[in-house]
Amino acid sequence: MAKYLLLKHYRGAPAPANDVPMDRWTPEEISAHVQYMNDFAARLEKTGEFVDSQALAPEGTFVRYDGEGRPPVTDGPFAETKDLIAGWMVIDVDSYERAVELAGELSAAPGAGGKPIHEWLELRPFYGLSPTISDSDCSFK
Amino acid sequence: MNEVLLRRLTPGVLGILVRRGADFAAAEDAVQDALVEAVRVWPADPPRDPKGWLVTVAWRKFLDATRADTARRRREDLVDEEPAPGSAPAVDDTLQLYFLCAHPSLTPSSAVALTLRAVGGLTTRQIAQAYLVPETTMAQRISRAKRTVSGVRFDKAGDVATVLRVLYLVFNEGYSGDIDLAAEAIRLTRRLAAAIDHPEVAGLLALMLLHHARRAARTAPDGSLVPLAEQDRGRWDTRSIAEGVEILQAALARDRLGEFQAQAAIAALHADAPAAEETDWVQIVEWYDELARLTDSPVVRLNRAVAVGEADGPRAGLAALAALDDSLPRHAAVAAYLHERDGDPATAARLYAEAAQKASNLAERVHLTRQAARLNARRYP
Repeated sequence: MAKYLLLKHYRGAPAPANDVPMDRWTPEEISAHVQYMNDFAARLEKTGEFVDSQALAPEGTFVRYDGEGRPPVTDGPFAETKDLIAGWMVIDVDSYERAVELAGELSAAPGAGGKPIHEWLELRPFYGLSPTISDSDCSFK
Repeated sequence: MNEVLLRRLTPGVLGILVRRGADFAAAEDAVQDALVEAVRVWPADPPRDPKGWLVTVAWRKFLDATRADTARRRREDLVDEEPAPGSAPAVDDTLQLYFLCAHPSLTPSSAVALTLRAVGGLTTRQIAQAYLVPETTMAQRISRAKRTVSGVRFDKAGDVATVLRVLYLVFNEGYSGDIDLAAEAIRLTRRLAAAIDHPEVAGLLALMLLHHARRAARTAPDGSLVPLAEQDRGRWDTRSIAEGVEILQAALARDRLGEFQAQAAIAALHADAPAAEETDWVQIVEWYDELARLTDSPVVRLNRAVAVGEADGPRAGLAALAALDDSLPRHAAVAAYLHERDGDPATAARLYAEAAQKASNLAERVHLTRQAARLNARRYP
């Protein structure tokens, strides 16, 4: 099994095919979208592939250390930040192919006009733990 | 196996151990061990006196743990000298536990966790699940909290206000996992109300009951939020409302008004209206005035602006809103609502979209986006 992060962006991903902002959808289209996302997560729980899903608020702050005895420096929020993460889902699947397949399904969530958004999701593999039986071990046998 | 009974007995058992001379942290561990053993043994061999059984087993666990720890030699001596069974009534012990677990030296999250475990009798795993954190994290939070209060003497009266704040947090924040934390908060507040005669305890209990009564109507089948005005009032729990109103009236009659009683009074006025249009907004504004006098909270003034908008028209509401800092949470949402009522859907739609960006949870964000969408759909059909 391998874990993958499906990353959803507010900004920074290539434009989706069905690119109408959500507040220009109908209320029913919003409901259908939310339902699709919920159903997707519920289905992955049933298949034993769901790990976690979280959504992030759009506004954030940058923080850094500013030396001994001084309060941290904060900056932002930056309205012009190019890359803005909206949320993620973590899945635990058997193969890269399965991860791509699931990301494709999630990207098909319905948007304006009830048509799939074709939203670009970023798929990132987690670094796993070193395997107990590594290749080099095997080569000695 | 009656888990409800077990959890009801927990604080009394813990109180007895502490009265017998056990320090709080060790006693609390011993009671958890006894609970685990009860879950294992009781189904096949139910005790005739469940509380007596728990006290005996927990005390034995405590002695075993203390004796095993040679570094705690002195405490062992103390324990052996300690006279048998506690003399104080159980209700007192429970009350002291509430004070200890909500001690002002604890952070809110620690006080909440400790209260749920020591008073509520929940396991660390259940509490961790409810707050969506790993079990080891919750275990650490609880053991740190126990260390923090370990020097606090168990025989001193505590601060009711801190206890109420903790119970309010449990009620207001928790709704995930297998444990119904809102129901748990009501159960704990009910027990507190039985142990101490205080109008604000009654006020908080009434507030919880009145809000809990609306729970079934508050979310649509798809999980989306249903605003108060659009809720199906036939789905409100009338028994819970009746109990809340009765408790509130008895508290108000004592003429020692506090924040929770005032909030409960507002909830009761909503509960009293058979339809949203029949809400007594004039009285609700008066209660918000009382509440603002008691708390001076900007959130209260924001909610008051909504009530003014209903009582005296949206222009009056917007005027009340103008006096408030627009960086307040939900300021844009309130402004959007009032502008829509004032017949300005364009401004309302823009403000709803802005409010959605600032929402503090996903359900609220979707709800506000849907409000913007509803108005935009009308404008750009």
